[in-house]
Amino acid sequence: MSAESSYYVPEQSKLPLFTATAMGVLSIGAARWAGGLGGPAIFFVGLAMLVAVMYTWWSIVVKENMQGLVNHQLKHSYVISMLWFIFSEVMFFAAFFGALFYIRVFALSWLGGEAAIGWFDDTPTGPAVANNELLYPGFKDEWPVMITPDQAANGDAAQFIGPEQNMSWPGFANLLTWLPLWNTIVLITSSVTVHFAHTALKNDNRQGFIRWLAVTVLLGVFFLFLQVEEYIHAYTELGLTLESGIYGTTFYMLTGFHGAHVTMGTVMLLIALLRGLKGHFNKDDQFGFEAASWYWHFVDVVWVGLFLFVYVLG
Amino acid sequence: MAHGPAKGIGRWLFTTNHKDIGTLYLWFSFAMFLLGGFFAMVIRAELFQPGMQLIRPEFFNQMTTMHGVIMVFGAIMPAFVGLANWMIPLMIGAPDMALPRMNNLSFWILPFAFLTLASTLFMEGGAPNFGWTFYAPLSTKYAPESVNYFIFSMHIMGASSIMGSINIIATIMNMRAPGMTYMKMPLFVWTWLITAFLLVAVMPVLAGAVTMMLMDINFGTSFFDAAGGGDPVLFQHIFWFFGHPEVYIIILPAFGVVSAIIPAFSRKPLFGYASMVYATAAIAFLSFIVWAHHMFTVGMPIAGELYFMYATMLIAVPTGVKVFNWVTTMYKGALTFETPMLFCIAFVILFTFGGFTGLMLSVAAADIQYHDSYFVVAHFHYVMVAGAVFSGTAAVYYWLPKWCGKMYNETMGQVQFWIAFIGFNITFMPQHFLGLAGMPRRYADYGLQFADWNMVSSIGAFMYGAAQLLFLYNVIATIRNGKPVSDNKVWEGAEGLEWEVPTPAPYHTFATPPQIK
Repeated sequence: MSAESSYYVPEQSKLPLFTATAMGVLSIGAARWAGGLGGPAIFFVGLAMLVAVMYTWWSIVVKENMQGLVNHQLKHSYVISMLWFIFSEVMFFAAFFGALFYIRVFALSWLGGEAAIGWFDDTPTGPAVANNELLYPGFKDEWPVMITPDQAANGDAAQFIGPEQNMSWPGFANLLTWLPLWNTIVLITSSVTVHFAHTALKNDNRQGFIRWLAVTVLLGVFFLFLQVEEYIHAYTELGLTLESGIYGTTFYMLTGFHGAHVTMGTVMLLIALLRGLKGHFNKDDQFGFEAASWYWHFVDVVWVGLFLFVYVLG
Repeated sequence: MAHGPAKGIGRWLFTTNHKDIGTLYLWFSFAMFLLGGFFAMVIRAELFQPGMQLIRPEFFNQMTTMHGVIMVFGAIMPAFVGLANWMIPLMIGAPDMALPRMNNLSFWILPFAFLTLASTLFMEGGAPNFGWTFYAPLSTKYAPESVNYFIFSMHIMGASSIMGSINIIATIMNMRAPGMTYMKMPLFVWTWLITAFLLVAVMPVLAGAVTMMLMDINFGTSFFDAAGGGDPVLFQHIFWFFGHPEVYIIILPAFGVVSAIIPAFSRKPLFGYASMVYATAAIAFLSFIVWAHHMFTVGMPIAGELYFMYATMLIAVPTGVKVFNWVTTMYKGALTFETPMLFCIAFVILFTFGGFTGLMLSVAAADIQYHDSYFVVAHFHYVMVAGAVFSGTAAVYYWLPKWCGKMYNETMGQVQFWIAFIGFNITFMPQHFLGLAGMPRRYADYGLQFADWNMVSSIGAFMYGAAQLLFLYNVIATIRNGKPVSDNKVWEGAEGLEWEVPTPAPYHTFATPPQIK
């Protein structure tokens, strides 16, 4: 039977079990390290194992594709799987955006002694008022939360001290020195350049493909560089840390997970670039690159959400 | 891929075969079922009489937590994934799952997750003790040290579920034999397609919830701490946004199983196939917009209470469609009552009962009375045990002859059914009365007025536990020396592609896709 007509069912493979072992070691190491029960050694061993086994696994998949074992139907399985994987990532971010919206719309106004939204909350505001008077007297609902409820009630004895400054919209006058704006420009540009790379590949223009893809990877790295700069600035100069109450919490968790995904996307694009340099991909067979570019567009869309809800309306 | 299974343990460790992986899932889930069941026995033994006899209250909390987590994530979910692995390629005429190696990975990370989780029992400070719903701040500020292990094992279970679900979706969307249109797929395939969609949608949300816990516990964030501007109730919203669809993740494949078995033993096609499909989709949609009915007592705005109450009641409509269809399938059928059918009929009756108590709980005003009482415990065990576990048992009896080419002992199967059915009802029926009389759930001790029904409930629980050992024995005895069957069609009324392959099912099936008329 020819490869074109039969679905490729791989032989037995040791890769999944090695991957599972690596994930097990990684997670036990992470739990020990995070909980302060041990050093990071086990975590990094697990990470190294995972990287090694993933590299091997993807290499084999690439090789199978080059050998023509991957027929049209199997390629379609990859396409479906990638799309649903991205959907699962969307839902992961939805949890964090949902937390941000819930905090801003409901939790903070209740802590501040008010009904959340007048027409929606027609219950007597007694509980919210009592909340504010008894638990955190003096706390005012504002966003960004510069003075945490804890701080409002306990002053300097508080566990959670709000930030000195925040990352929000600086007004039009200071716009050009506002780092998030440049981050946005860099990332949106990279989404355009990756599209150019895609178009070039489809037109059989390998030079253009490699050039635009390289530009995209560089933009991704540049974005990450700016993001690290921003974090250092926030930590050292703005007093904005993970511990500075709910603003710092949502700010770092949302931008941090986005940054982690940009890192993954950059690695994916880099691998596509290296494969492109080795002569992989052609105008009809390019899913390895295409999947990375979809992922890249996805992290770009997430950033637009972040820019809007964490920075501009922040 | 023409040859049979590899020799030795390597067959199971490195396999890419959907049948092998299905078998692994099924055995793993049964092992977890026995472990979680053992914890339940410890709980019921302690509650046999008022006062503390066997264990300390702190350990009791660990038992309720571990029982819930292991049963939900270790027993019921993997059992249905195992059935999906075995049956979906057979039912749609595919040579295997779409991504066989990832399939193996989805399974083999589970033992790591549950070993990590179970090991917390032996750690200083003990295992997680905050209930299977792990509400903050019990699970954050006041959690035992082992909570980090709990969090990461949750992450791994989630990764397993997401990979497994993506695989199932890709298989169903892409691997159907020519002519197998969506509306010709067996209902089990349909329910799993929708279940897999739910899993991909909500497991990442659970991952988000446990990540927030991890950050709050170890890195000083304040998601669930009002002192920093967060809110413990936020945890409940995120958890139940996952948790409510999770309920349907567990029960939808059960619907699929019952929709396969009832027609087979009624010797009639399923009544209202299309309405079954639409009802399943409707339930899945509604499951996303009803989550806060688990939280009627947290102090939501009245508009929220009303909305979640009415939306929840709506679920009764598509569920009613299903029950109607099952009953109508049996109506004027040539019924026989083999073990799988008995479990399915019990499913229809008891699941409907659990559905009705669910409807009672959905009334926000009344729920304030029922909330966190044994009434809730009784309600969800009617759905989880008599719903999911009964249908899983039915599925094993129904397909076991096809899997191993041997027929189980029918008498023993029926004896097991009756012990399980009676034991189950003795266990959980009295818990309704206990709850209505005011006994709170998750307590290691209780007032004297609850003593009688608790003792009855414990006796029932031991009966039900014994039935599971009989089940295990029956399955092993069947595999080792059951009476061989060779008909492709083990059950005369059974329909579907899985009954057209030889018995026992060969290691590889449908290398060339069958033609569907």
